[in-house]
Amino acid sequence: MRAPERSAPVAQRPERLSTAVDARDFAIASKPLSTAAKIANNTVLWKIGILIVLAAIWEIYGRWLNNQLLVPTFSATVAAFVNSVLTGGLLLKVWVSIKVLLVGYAAGVTIAAILTMFATTTRLGAELLETLTAMFNPLPAIALLPLALIWFGLTPLSLSFVLIHSVLWPVALNTHSGFVSVSPTLRMVGKNCGLRGLRYVALILIPAAFPSILTGLKIGWAFAWRTLIAAELIFGVQSGSGGLGWFIVNNKNILDIPNVFAGLLTVIIIGLLVENVIFRTIETRTIRRWGMATS
Amino acid sequence: MDRPLLDVEDVTLQYKTRDHLVTATYRVGFQVHTSERYVVLGPSGCGKSTLLKAVGGYMTPTEGTIRLKGETIRQPGPDRMMVFQEFDQLLPWKTVRQNVMFPMLVTGNLSPREAAERARSYIGKVNLTNCADQYPHTLSGGMKQRVAIARAMAMEPDILLMDEPFAALDALTRRKMQDELLELWDEIRFTMIFVTHSIAEAIKVGSRILLLSPHPGQVIAELNSVPRTGAGPDEARLLEVRIHEMLFAQPVEAQLARA
Repeated sequence: MRAPERSAPVAQRPERLSTAVDARDFAIASKPLSTAAKIANNTVLWKIGILIVLAAIWEIYGRWLNNQLLVPTFSATVAAFVNSVLTGGLLLKVWVSIKVLLVGYAAGVTIAAILTMFATTTRLGAELLETLTAMFNPLPAIALLPLALIWFGLTPLSLSFVLIHSVLWPVALNTHSGFVSVSPTLRMVGKNCGLRGLRYVALILIPAAFPSILTGLKIGWAFAWRTLIAAELIFGVQSGSGGLGWFIVNNKNILDIPNVFAGLLTVIIIGLLVENVIFRTIETRTIRRWGMATS
Repeated sequence: MDRPLLDVEDVTLQYKTRDHLVTATYRVGFQVHTSERYVVLGPSGCGKSTLLKAVGGYMTPTEGTIRLKGETIRQPGPDRMMVFQEFDQLLPWKTVRQNVMFPMLVTGNLSPREAAERARSYIGKVNLTNCADQYPHTLSGGMKQRVAIARAMAMEPDILLMDEPFAALDALTRRKMQDELLELWDEIRFTMIFVTHSIAEAIKVGSRILLLSPHPGQVIAELNSVPRTGAGPDEARLLEVRIHEMLFAQPVEAQLARA
């Protein structure tokens, strides 16, 4: 096509007016999906399906191997699990572990809160927190257990000490970085309402930083749970009593391998329950509802 | 004329960046009277937002004083409610209604029942009654700004401070919001300082306009806007041209224009 002459006038076109069709008159404005489409889209069903397939593979391999001392079958593991729950006091062991965990977790979160408060209000606190986190975050809490055993002996205090260490740093780090990244506008809104000090922290900073705080609590929980089980493996051997970790070692010692598997299964189940039920519920009720979730 | 509501006297504002000390405004003075729609107009970087923050009490002048009803402003307070440009000024963890009630409840000025009643009334005034129980993330930008305006007005502050509240909105929504703001003013006759960099917005929204020069901001002029009734579109256009010439009568620009 030849370029039009520069001086050629642009053709005048007539105006156009029309009326839009009312939205109610459309054939489909929005229509629910079919049941099959909903099922195919359901994440929970997908997960359950995968779990069933994995259990089946395990069962087949166990039967083929036919060696209870190395890999008991899935059914034997479930049977051992049910049996331990009913007669072997597995639930009691779980309770012992959870109790220790809750104490350590609560103490860790409290210390993290105090440290973060200090870091939020003073420059010294901020620098101190950053240095301490950089130092201690890479150190696996379980590495402190030998030291804890020397300092506190075979008491629950040793376990609490390593638990606090595993919870404290991730919670403090995430809370602090959450506070720091609260938008200046929200800060000004808070100040505008005359909020100062603790009320400002409680009513503006904590909710605004809640996504980070929740992440910290989740990481802290995951670290604490893994640390506790590991600590109990060592601690139990030395003290001859304890929770879930001790249950695993003890059954290994008497070569009751299905029970070892049952113990491991319990560790997984509790981990999943806390991460996918408790934390997920908190998340949907808070940051997802508020549109503050990043993922 | 009676005593001004707000008296800004020769205010110089400076703030520190990482490695500079920046003078935002130099000896700016103006007075705002009750029920005025006072617009501070200037190009980007003339310190108009900084000036508003100083009136809000977020920063202290290095020179000069700012007095509200004769009292020197020292810190932020609910007698000067601010509306910001950013959409994230709403508390995302509170519904529209809870957002509007928040300042009334935390200042303890009103009982929960009175606060709820007042929130209902002001949410109605900004036409958001149907969205009162929604969370901010479900609202459009214009709706969020309306909530922020309702929240500030519900406090019935001495003066409303608006920092380019419509700047982040699309042009159509922006015009609608300007009209709604004027309707609200007709009803309540609140006093406000409105910061903007749009000359057209200044003329439309303001009753009196303060022109600031860029870098650092100094007063160029203080003009009356065209009356909202009885003035033809020509008057507004003439004022717009006049303001435009005043703002861009800088030597460098003049030379460029001649070249």
